Amino acid sequence: MDIHEHQAKDVLGRIGMPVPRGGIAFAPEQAMHEARKLGFPVVVKAQVHAGGRGAAGGVKLCKSEAEVSAFALSLLGRNLVTKQTDANGKPVHRLLVEEATDIAKEIYLGLVLDRKSERIMIVASREGGMEIEDLAEEQPDALIRMVIDPAMGLLPFQSRELAFKLGFTGKQVGQFATVLRACYRAFRDLDATMVEINPLVITTADDLIALDAKMSFDTNALFRRPEVAALRDPGQEDPREDAAAEHGLNYVGLEGDIGCIINGAGLAMATMDMIQLAGGQPANFLDIGGGASPERVVAAFRTVLSDPNVSVILVNIFAGINRCDWVAAGVVQAYRELNLSLPVVVRLAGTNVEEGRRIINDSGLPLISAETLAEAAATAVNARPAMAA
Amino acid sequence: MSILIREDTRIIVQGMSGRIGKFHAEDMIKHGTNVVGGVTPGRGGETVLGRPIFNTVAEAVEAVGAQASLVFVPPPGAADAIMEAAEAGLEFAVCVTDGIPSQDMMKVKRFLRRFPASRKMRFIGPNCAGVISPGKGFMGIMPPAIYLPGRVGIVGRSGTLGYEAASQMKALGIGVSTSVGIGGDPINGSSFRDILELFENDPETDAVMMIGEIGGPQEAEAAAYARDHMTKPVVAYIAGLSAPKGRKMGHAGAIISAFGESAQEKVEILSAAGITVAPTPSAMGETIAKVLGVRQAA
Repeated sequence: MDIHEHQAKDVLGRIGMPVPRGGIAFAPEQAMHEARKLGFPVVVKAQVHAGGRGAAGGVKLCKSEAEVSAFALSLLGRNLVTKQTDANGKPVHRLLVEEATDIAKEIYLGLVLDRKSERIMIVASREGGMEIEDLAEEQPDALIRMVIDPAMGLLPFQSRELAFKLGFTGKQVGQFATVLRACYRAFRDLDATMVEINPLVITTADDLIALDAKMSFDTNALFRRPEVAALRDPGQEDPREDAAAEHGLNYVGLEGDIGCIINGAGLAMATMDMIQLAGGQPANFLDIGGGASPERVVAAFRTVLSDPNVSVILVNIFAGINRCDWVAAGVVQAYRELNLSLPVVVRLAGTNVEEGRRIINDSGLPLISAETLAEAAATAVNARPAMAA
Repeated sequence: MSILIREDTRIIVQGMSGRIGKFHAEDMIKHGTNVVGGVTPGRGGETVLGRPIFNTVAEAVEAVGAQASLVFVPPPGAADAIMEAAEAGLEFAVCVTDGIPSQDMMKVKRFLRRFPASRKMRFIGPNCAGVISPGKGFMGIMPPAIYLPGRVGIVGRSGTLGYEAASQMKALGIGVSTSVGIGGDPINGSSFRDILELFENDPETDAVMMIGEIGGPQEAEAAAYARDHMTKPVVAYIAGLSAPKGRKMGHAGAIISAFGESAQEKVEILSAAGITVAPTPSAMGETIAKVLGVRQAA
């Protein structure tokens, strides 16, 4: 789960991270009010869950109230398209208005959950301001990595070592220790999966300050982090994914036209691959999970059909803890309740498969049965209605 | 011999009093698995499915000589249950639970490192279908009927894709020595490499079917191990060729976030290590058949 920049700065600022003074605004008047409080010039930053805002025109240095007002008007209520969003972009509903910072040097600092060492890893570079992906590609040797032992935590000598490697001197060494400790504590105590300060700035007065901050959290740990769950902004998420999650479905919307209803993440990915190999494009990833009731299957149909691009539905179930008869009953129920007319291909295997196939065959509905994964994918691709002339 | 589970392994189920734990324990017993008891804190002294329930894993070790555990504890307590099993001296544990926080798993892995190799518990999962040695027993949630006993090992992250492989193999008359689900989480107990090593050393396994997916470094590590240390053939399939970068595909671990983590890159790494990669998920069975030199049924 991602949060906004201003929320990450609040979280980190409370435990010692130096951040610019600023305020949040949901309307142009509010933005002007915040700017007046801070004094000009100010930086106005669109708050969306995506990087690349600067290049996309979502960040501006404003020298007057009129500039703040005009910029706020041009952004609020619109979608910002950056290189990290899809073509629709993300809606801008809030702005961060901050005091401007005099930058002498920019540093990159990130903490991630490293899957190789299975520990929290610090990644840092003297070259801040660039995206980490570009940094890793263009200057892999400039990246400094350090792993934290969870039993010991971040040790003071590790902060010093990193500070000197990054070229800090004098009072900056102590300031960097504070910055790093805040990042590590937030990561550990709030079950983050990523904390990124990019750039961490050395000001012309030789002080460190976090100019930008990004945090992502482990959704599996939200049950014990209500304060993090409260920071969620559903406006930044795909509403279909949220609606699906309420029914215990795992849905990711994609670009194609073949709607997928599958059990198990691996089989779902494999079925999408098979569709692509057969010459089609999947409209979505959807895992119905274990022990799916007929009602959950109906909810899956509703979710898939909320995408207007879907022209055929492929149901592929290899039941272990699921039951083919329940899934089949759900397919029949969905077809009738939702008055479907588009082609539906059904492949069932595993637990209670004979009973499931009997329900499909006896339904009298024009459901298309398939025996194998390959047959199911090919049938779905060929079942698409011909393009309108 | 198979790996991990023998006919006589004394198995307990942590969380056997719960609805899900009881349901699967019953299926395991029905299929001949040697379940000797269960653990549910506060329910010690009760009996479930004719087996004694203990308050702690240590008591189960003392009373019925428990050697392995299947963990069905919900996410908030799952990591703790796994560490309890390790401390009690079990040889082996499988955790099926989906939704354990990553930092809890980090702690589990750190905890397991405290033990010398001679008494370090082997751990599989979490978020996996479990382990089955067809005809000998199983610990997990898979449908045992789809597996033919035989001499090919299966190791995969996904449960259902593992079923798909086993059933394709069964249709061609190819059986399974042991099938291991290592789970879909970013931090897991045993890696592909760990399980490949067990299969390489198992005299009753002739070849291995390895089913990977997008995200993480474990397929690449396994490729290097197979190239440098394995005499048995490995066939692989990597799911997620059509998955977009940066989006999580169901499994917490199935997200392409770094170089070498996309399906395409993993296929290249595996091929370069001499591993035969099945071109499609429906060709897993026939690819292993080809590698085994088995004549396909007409």
